[in-house]
Amino acid sequence: MSRPRRTDFRPKNANIAKKSRISRKRQLPKKPRERRNLEPQRSVSGAQDPFPGPAPVPVEVARKFRRIDKSKKLPHSKSKTRSRLEVAEAEEEEISIKAARSELLLAEEPGFLEGEDGEDTAKIRQADIVEAVDIASAAKHFDLNLRQFGPYRLNYSPTGRHLAFGGRRGHVATLDWVTKRLMCEINVMEAVRDIRFLHSEALLAVAQNRWLHIYDNQGIELHCIRRCDRVTRLEFLPFHFLLATASETGFLTYLDVSVGKIMAALNARAGRLDVMTKNPYNAVIHLGHSNGTVSLWSPAMKEPLAKILCHRGGVRAVAVDSTGTYMATSGLDHQLKIFDLRGTFQPLGARTLPQGAGHLAFSQRGLLAAGMGDVVNIWAGQGKASPPSLEQPYLTHRLSGHVHGLHFCPFEDVLGVGHNGGITSMLVPGAAEPNFDGLESNPYRSQKQRQEWEVKALLEKVPAELICLDPRALAEVDVISLEQEKKERIERLGYDPEAKAPFQPKPKQKGRSSTASLVKRKRKVMDEEHRDKVRQSLEQQPQKQEKKAKPLRARPSALDRFVR
Amino acid sequence: MKVKMLSRNPDNYVRETKLDLQRVPRNYDPTLHPFEVPREYVRALNATKLERVFAKPFLGSLDGHRDGVNCLAKHPKSLATVLSGACDGEVRIWNLTKRKCIRTIQAHEGFVRGICTRFCGTSFFTVGDDKTVKQWKMDGPGYGEEEEPLHTILGKTVYTGIDHHWKEAVFATCGQQVDIWDEQRTSPVCSMTWGFDSISSVKFNPIETFLLGSCASDRNIVLYDMRQATPLKKVILDMRTNTICWNPMEAFIFTAANEDYNLYTFDMRALDTPVMVHMDHVSAVLDVDYSPTGKEFVSASFDKSVRIFPVDKSRSREVYHTKRMQHVICVKWTSDSKYIMCGSDEMNIRLWKANASEKLGVLTSREKAAKDYNQKLKEKFQHHPHIKGIACHCHLPKSIYSQIQEQRIMKEARRRKEVNRLKHSKPGSVSVVSEKKKHIVAVVK
Repeated sequence: MSRPRRTDFRPKNANIAKKSRISRKRQLPKKPRERRNLEPQRSVSGAQDPFPGPAPVPVEVARKFRRIDKSKKLPHSKSKTRSRLEVAEAEEEEISIKAARSELLLAEEPGFLEGEDGEDTAKIRQADIVEAVDIASAAKHFDLNLRQFGPYRLNYSPTGRHLAFGGRRGHVATLDWVTKRLMCEINVMEAVRDIRFLHSEALLAVAQNRWLHIYDNQGIELHCIRRCDRVTRLEFLPFHFLLATASETGFLTYLDVSVGKIMAALNARAGRLDVMTKNPYNAVIHLGHSNGTVSLWSPAMKEPLAKILCHRGGVRAVAVDSTGTYMATSGLDHQLKIFDLRGTFQPLGARTLPQGAGHLAFSQRGLLAAGMGDVVNIWAGQGKASPPSLEQPYLTHRLSGHVHGLHFCPFEDVLGVGHNGGITSMLVPGAAEPNFDGLESNPYRSQKQRQEWEVKALLEKVPAELICLDPRALAEVDVISLEQEKKERIERLGYDPEAKAPFQPKPKQKGRSSTASLVKRKRKVMDEEHRDKVRQSLEQQPQKQEKKAKPLRARPSALDRFVR
Repeated sequence: MKVKMLSRNPDNYVRETKLDLQRVPRNYDPTLHPFEVPREYVRALNATKLERVFAKPFLGSLDGHRDGVNCLAKHPKSLATVLSGACDGEVRIWNLTKRKCIRTIQAHEGFVRGICTRFCGTSFFTVGDDKTVKQWKMDGPGYGEEEEPLHTILGKTVYTGIDHHWKEAVFATCGQQVDIWDEQRTSPVCSMTWGFDSISSVKFNPIETFLLGSCASDRNIVLYDMRQATPLKKVILDMRTNTICWNPMEAFIFTAANEDYNLYTFDMRALDTPVMVHMDHVSAVLDVDYSPTGKEFVSASFDKSVRIFPVDKSRSREVYHTKRMQHVICVKWTSDSKYIMCGSDEMNIRLWKANASEKLGVLTSREKAAKDYNQKLKEKFQHHPHIKGIACHCHLPKSIYSQIQEQRIMKEARRRKEVNRLKHSKPGSVSVVSEKKKHIVAVVK
C-alpha cells in the first residue's frame, strides 16, 4: 500500500529558470508514520483493512517473558554502560512482545470444571466426571485393587507417560498407564519405602529396607548402593542428575546418577528424616522436622540455606509448586499453611483441617492436593500465578484405603494416589499444563528422540555446586569481587585510574585566559562539586536518623538493653 | 456441571509415516524451561572447551625460497595469489589453493626490500638493495619470452620500501626521503623529508588516498599529504617503529609496530596519545597488517610468534607459533579475512586460519545456527572465571614463556619504584603519567 503520489503541477516543457537547490526544498510530510496509520489503507479493489495497525499484544502475556527486573535501581554508571543497558532493555521488550505473539500457536486449552447454579464442585463425584467426559479421558480413571502387598507409593515419569509403583511388601511394577501396557512387575523381597523414576522411564530407584537399589524398567537390578542405607524418601533433581535421599540416620545424601558418585552426604542434625520434597524452580531440597521447622538444603553447603518455622508441632508434609513461589506445609497441629518462598517467607494462608494431611502435592498449574486419611482434597487458585485459595476445596474423593502417596501426572489432568488398597488414578480437570515443549519433555517422543534428548541433557547437566536459592545468580554481576578488584588495582597503581581528572580550564582567546579568570573558572567548578557533595550527604543524614529512630517507638521496657 | 478434560489427539503429535519429520511442538514459557542461566552457563563452558579442542590453525607452508622471506604482497583481485620477496633477490608468485609456486623471478641482486601490487592487479613493483625500482607484469612471460621487467628505474640511493596508491597510477618509495613517482616518469614527482635519517617503510591510506605515513630511524612516524606535497605532522616515540598499517575501515586510525615490543594504535587527528597500546610480544614487532573488517590486526615479531589483536583491546586474542618457524619478518591478512600468511627467516611462508577453530567450507544452516548460538553464549559468559581461564589458555613455547615471566618481574620492579616515588614525595610534585602517554616523546606539527 503506497501513499498517494504527489502530482507535479509544473508543466514539463515550460522554460523555467532553475532556482538554486537550497531554496527549493521538497515539502516532505513531517511524521510519515502517523500519517500512514490515520489514512485508511485502500487496495486496488477499494476494500479497507478492518483492523489497521499491528495486532494488539496481551500485556500480561508479554510480562511473563520478561527477565529484567525493572524495579531494581541501578547504581550510577558511565554513559557507555548506560546506553548499552538501554539497548538491551529495548531488545528485551521487543522479544517479549514477539514471544507473546507466538502464544497464538499453542494448540491445547487447559481443562476446567464448573458447577452450575452455585453447585459446589467439591460435591461432584469422580463417577459423574467420568460419565461427562469423552472416552479417552474416561479411560484415564482407573483403580488397581492390590490389597496383598501393602500400601503403595507411586511416581510418574518426567514425561507423564509411565507410572511406577511400589508396595510396602516388596511389589514393584512399571507400566505405560495410558495404554495399560505393563513394562515390568517384580517382587524385591524386601520392604519398599519409596520409589522414583530417574531422568527417564528407563531407570528406577527403589528405597528398600536396607539399601538403595537401581533397577532397569525391565526389572533387572543394576546397582545396589550401600552407602545410602535406611532411606525413607527419594527425590530426583532432573537438570542436575542428582538423586537426593533422606534416611532414618539423619543424613541427606546426593548421588550423581550420571557419574555414579556421591556428591554430598550432609548431616541434617535433626534426627530421623521423614519428610522431604524438592523445589523444582531452584533444585533446593526441603526437609520437614519434628520441631515444626522446614530446612532448605543445597549440596554445596554443609549448613541449611534457610530454616523456616512453620508449625507448632512436627511437620508431616511439604510441597512446593512448579514455579517455586509457594510452599504448602501441613503439621501435627492439623494446620495446612501456604508460604511465600520468593520474598518474605511469610505464610499467605492457613486452614485448620479436621484430620492432619499426611501427604501434599502441587500440580503444574498450581492445584494443591492433600491426602488426609482415606480422603483426598484438592484446592485450586485463580490462575496459574496465584496461590490456591484454601476456603473451599475444588474436588474431593474418598478412597478404599489410607493415602500413602500422591503425585500429579505431569501433562495430563490426572492425580495418582497410592493407598492401602492399591492405586487410584483420579480425574482432576485443569490440573496440568496443556502445551508441553517438545524439546524438554515430550510424552509422544520416539525411541530416537529420547536418546537424543538424553545425550543433550547429559551434556548440559548443571554441576551440583551451582544449586542456590536464586538460580539466576550466575547472570548477576559479582559486585563484591568487582569492588575488591578495584581496590587492589588502586593499591597496585598508586592512584585511581577511573577518578575524575581535576578540572583544567581550556585556554580561551581575546583576553579571557588571564590568570584571574582561570582561577575564577576553577573555583566555580569546585564550588559546584562541593554543593553536590553537601546535598548528597544531607540526603543520607535523614535516612540514618530514621534507622536510629525506629526501635524507640514502643514503650521502654526492661528488655530494651538487649535490643541491638 | 460443565467439565472439560485436557485430551490430546495423538494424530496431532505423532508422525504419520516413517518418512515424515517428527513433530516437535514448542512452548517458550519460562516456567517450562527452568534453570535457564545455569544450563546456558554449562553450554557456554562446553562451547569454550570445544573451541580449544578444535583450534588447529596451521594449514600449510609454502616451500621454495632459498633465503629468508623479506616481504609479502597480496593480489588485489585474486584471493589465491600471493607474492613474496626473499633476501636473495628472488620474487615468487604462489597459488594458495594448490600451495604451489607458479612463477619465480630473479628480481634483484641483494635483498628485495619491498614489493607492492598495482590496484588493478595487472602488474607489481619491487625495490631492492641494488637501488632499482622494477615493474613486472602479473601474468607470466609468454612462450619463448624471457622474464623481463616492464620498467626499471635506477636510483642513486638504496630504496627500503615501496607502496602503491589505492586508486591512481602513483607509487611512493622511501629510502633517504619519501619520493612520490608517477608511473610514466623516471624521476620522482616530489620528494618529501623531515629530518635527516633514513626511512624504513611507507604506506598509503586506503580511504583518504592522498595521505601517506612513514616510519623513520629517528624514532618518529611522519604523515604526509600528497596533494600539498608536504609532511603534515609527526610523532616521536621512545623507540623506532618498524612499520605502520592503516585501518581499512576507519580512515584516520593506523597501527604502528614498534621496537619496544608494543604496537600503538593512533588516531591521526590526535597524535599525542595513542588510542590503544597493545602489549603482548616479548621481542621487537616487525610487521603489522589489518583484517579487511578493520576490527582486528595481526602482528609478526622477532620472538618467533604471530599474534592477533582486537583493535580495542590491549591483549592479544590468539598466538600462533611453531617449532620450525623462526623470526617472523612479514605478515599479511588475506582479503577475505579468513587466513593469515606469514613469511619468516627460515625461507618458509606459512598459512594459518584467522579463527583457529573455524570450520572451513560451506556450512549447513543447522551448523551455522549452532555456531552462532555458541558464539553468543561464549560472549555472554566470557567474564566468568572458569570460562575465561579456558578461553585464554594457550600453549606457549618455553622461550616466550620464560621471557614473559622475566619481563613481568622487570615491569613490576619498575612500577613499584614509581609507586614508592609517588607515595613518598610532596603531593603534586611527581605527576602521574598514564601508560599510554609514557611512550610518546613529542608531537610536532
